[in-house]
Amino acid sequence: MKTPTSSPVAPTHVADIVDDGTAPNPAGAVAASAAFAWRGLLKIRHVPEQLVDATIGPVLLLVSFTYLFGGAIDGSPGAYLQFVLPGVLVMAVLLTTPYAGIALAADRGRGVIDRFRSLPVWTGAPLVGGVAGDAVRSTLAATTVVAVGLVLGFDADGGVAGLLAGVALVVIFAFAVSWILTACALALRSESAVQGTGMTGVFLLVFLSNVFVDPATLPAALETVVGLNPISHLTTAVRGLLSGTSEAGDVVLVLVEAAAITALFAPLTWRGYRAS
Amino acid sequence: MELGDDPAVAREGDLPAIVARGLVKRFDDVVAVDGLDLRVPRGMVYCLLGPNGAGKTTAVRMLATLTAPDAGTVLIEGVDVRDDGARVRRLIGLTGQLASVDDAMSGEENLVLIARLLGLRGDRARQRARRLLAAFELADDAGRLVKTYSGGMRRRLDLAASLVVTPRVLFLDEPTTGLDPVGRLRVWAVVRALTRRGTTVLLTTQQLEEADALAHRIAVLDRGRVVAEGTPAQLKASVGSGAVRVRVADADTRDAAAELLAAATGGEVTLGDDPLALSVRPAGEREAARALAALTDGGVELTEFSIGRPTLDEVFLALTGRDETTAEAVAA
Ligand SMILES: Nc1ncnc2c1ncn2[C@@H]1O[C@H](COP(=O)(O)OP(=O)(O)OP(=O)(O)O)[C@@H](O)[C@H]1O
Ligand SMILES: [Mg+2]
Repeated sequence: MKTPTSSPVAPTHVADIVDDGTAPNPAGAVAASAAFAWRGLLKIRHVPEQLVDATIGPVLLLVSFTYLFGGAIDGSPGAYLQFVLPGVLVMAVLLTTPYAGIALAADRGRGVIDRFRSLPVWTGAPLVGGVAGDAVRSTLAATTVVAVGLVLGFDADGGVAGLLAGVALVVIFAFAVSWILTACALALRSESAVQGTGMTGVFLLVFLSNVFVDPATLPAALETVVGLNPISHLTTAVRGLLSGTSEAGDVVLVLVEAAAITALFAPLTWRGYRAS
Repeated sequence: MELGDDPAVAREGDLPAIVARGLVKRFDDVVAVDGLDLRVPRGMVYCLLGPNGAGKTTAVRMLATLTAPDAGTVLIEGVDVRDDGARVRRLIGLTGQLASVDDAMSGEENLVLIARLLGLRGDRARQRARRLLAAFELADDAGRLVKTYSGGMRRRLDLAASLVVTPRVLFLDEPTTGLDPVGRLRVWAVVRALTRRGTTVLLTTQQLEEADALAHRIAVLDRGRVVAEGTPAQLKASVGSGAVRVRVADADTRDAAAELLAAATGGEVTLGDDPLALSVRPAGEREAARALAALTDGGVELTEFSIGRPTLDEVFLALTGRDETTAEAVAA
């Protein structure tokens, strides 16, 4: 067959295919990252389960820990709420960290990354945007936990400033952890593997920390492990901030750890991304 | 193979849209692209034609800045890909072999994202997305998740995504694979519309018919090398005249028909897998006419006959010397 004489695309449409000839300047690094963050958050609209993960999940965690285990562990729900709320805050927020990694693994499985990399925008924008989208989710989860905790009767002796600082610290730490999972995503090559690794990792680290129990009650070897776990450091710092007994050293340690994690895993992600 | 100058090339003699010199790409022990040279004048549809594994995708990825070559240079509109990838990406559009759209967003959101990345703000981004969706007949499905699209719809969206801002140079890696015949014609119409507006299109295909219909020039790729280059007509001419193909009405008369054809043309007669089909390659048009006359004079009843210039299939076979792509067995 040779050149078809009648085209199945209406002439008006063919004209629409080409643009008006005024090529705009491509988005800068910040605008491009913001566009990718928007993309990450759009998924909340299409997969509302993600919103459930970020809100209802933490509420259930908090209520069940307070009322189911509170009596057994600490004698009364009220006392245990006081102890466990900062821990649940940490756990709920950590559970929102794998989304950027999962999205990255999915993009790579299809040709989506190729499309982005052929565009005239900063190469890191999809990564930064994705992780920033996670940070919005983390903030949502943290706010939910704090709000529900206050309704249940949590005494925030640290005041509003303490609450805000606690939430901010958890979100900063979660931002760092997101980079671990994006690096994993590029190494593991599958969405479900990232999800599995992320969830297992978070649960393991949370249970080997002081989130739910006082380490002093643990066997010595375990106590050492718990003492070294950055999640324990984060929980301690958040407890201090929320109860107004915060020590600067605790907060600084967490910030240093978050910076170290980011400094290690953001470049790893970057390298994996460039090589893919 | 050197195949004379094309008038279109001479006319567009200035800066070519795409130049590749000595491109090489190895993957472990495979040499995917092995010293590729290309020169694509502006405003042309240029086709890389080759079988599976010929290196088409690898070549396109190197031209479109996605893969760094192990050796060689690429210039897009005169800009060296290695020196200034960012500037090259402002000039190009790419639709890869894998549909590169996000399943978890709607069709419209996919295009709006790209429009924003390319610098269209707010409403302009949405308007451009809607126009393209309408042009690719996706307007009714604009709000649906791409996950729920058919393969053809996804392919159309993917093509639209590389046209949000009309690129100067467009790379299409097997753009019509998996499309129905109408979908294929649509893509061809889009390609022609773009070249009318001055966009240079480099596309890959395994379909000889597509290259023949669309391309101004073709490079035939085999095992990472260009084995022939020229206009479709030049390539066909380089292989000699086309075959006379006939189908007899009765399978029992095929052997007699073969003898008549061989006697009339002096050529080698090919019997198809189809028990009614046979073909011969005569030296020229006169011999071809004589061959048909011999059959009718000999009383062999035919249901079909054709005299063609060689198909690109035949060109391909002649150039690569491999016959696994054909089902025909050569008769003695
Ligand atoms: N990322 C990769 N890693 C290893 N080998 C690769 C890679 N990409 C391509 N190859 C190899 O390089 C060769 C050329 O592959 P390429 O995808 O470029 O061919 P193609 O012409 O596009 O084929 P097709 O028509 O099947 O799409 C093949 O042998 C392939 O196995
Ligand atoms: Mg390919």
